[in-house]
Amino acid sequence: MISTDKISVKKVWTILHTVTDPEVPVLTITDLGIVRDVKVEDDKVEVIITPTYSGCPAMDVISMNIRIALLQEGITNISIKQVLSPAWTTDWMTEEGKQKLKAYGIAPPHYKQVVCEPELFGKEEAIQCPLCNSYNTRLVSQFSSTACKALYQCNDCKEPFDYFKCH
Amino acid sequence: MKDNLINYTLHLADNALVMGQRLGEWCGHGPILEQDIALSNIALDYVGQARNFYQYAAELISGDATEDSLAYFRSDRNYKNNLLVELPNGDWAQTVLKEFLFSTYQYYLYQQLIKSSDARIAAISEKSFKEVSYHLKWSSEWVIRLGDGTGESKSRMIKAIEETWMFTGELFEPADFDSEFINLSTIKNSWQQKIVTVFQEATLSVPEAKSWHQSGGKNGVHTEYLSYILAEMQVLPRTYPDATW
Repeated sequence: MISTDKISVKKVWTILHTVTDPEVPVLTITDLGIVRDVKVEDDKVEVIITPTYSGCPAMDVISMNIRIALLQEGITNISIKQVLSPAWTTDWMTEEGKQKLKAYGIAPPHYKQVVCEPELFGKEEAIQCPLCNSYNTRLVSQFSSTACKALYQCNDCKEPFDYFKCH
Repeated sequence: MKDNLINYTLHLADNALVMGQRLGEWCGHGPILEQDIALSNIALDYVGQARNFYQYAAELISGDATEDSLAYFRSDRNYKNNLLVELPNGDWAQTVLKEFLFSTYQYYLYQQLIKSSDARIAAISEKSFKEVSYHLKWSSEWVIRLGDGTGESKSRMIKAIEETWMFTGELFEPADFDSEFINLSTIKNSWQQKIVTVFQEATLSVPEAKSWHQSGGKNGVHTEYLSYILAEMQVLPRTYPDATW
């Protein structure tokens, strides 16, 4: 059913709020700060997104899901553009997104300037275990199941968990 | 000149792609699971960088060019990567050393290219720089672990340096297409300082500064290794050129 209402920028954002990250389905692309801008001109809708990591394989899927979500609402003239600059940073993740991550079992990113320590073998900022809330945790590897996550283990409850790396 | 921009972009893309393809060979063969995953993630970062640069090059070339045609349908004489990235992975010591030497180079290179007058190269560099910081940290720590490790790990690092060092000079040798985009001598000093600092902590000696080095990669004159890498990478699309997903 093609909608005859005029398409508003607000309506597009509402639709985008429903598009989830394929890897972490509790997060939406708006929680992640991937959507940079929405432009509407007559019946043409342009969505501007920015990729998280250069090699992130989810970006193509996300573009497809944005298109499907818009088509389902009757919007057919769609343009999805990727811009690289300014570069995506975990600082763009919403507080709500961070809470959702923690509830899902992934430790949310800290603020950039606190954690990204270039010093070799440097003492890492304490990451809170999302399961038992202890700060007595250790870094296992900076590279985990996906490009955006590091692997930690809690010394108290012994459970391993992913940490969304500061970027 | 537009040709220079195209060639420079391809050079940046080729370095990333060949490095990513090489590191991908470790997938499933790493000494322990966490390091296998670390290398696969680093390889993925490189493929991502390569895609960004190839997409830009394809736009500049226009016509039929796409990121895929540039990656899969050019032969070795047209690839412009440095020789260093096509070297075999060898053992763990050789792999981490190569990764250390290359990520140090990319770190200082992208730091400069962020200020490039070409907006797209600046944007890709800004993005890549963050990821390269993790590569550099990971590989520096491994060089130190192995260099200042056991007798065996140290001798393997020394052997790795002997076999790899002659390929580092080319990183800072300008080709005819890149001088308007980057002054390689400005990053050479930073690169050398970093190598010296990390080698010192790893109790490894730095080879003599004026040693002879291999070159030719940026002009399409490669080692045999690249032919094998490309053959493996390109065999499917070349066999079925009209295949679609």
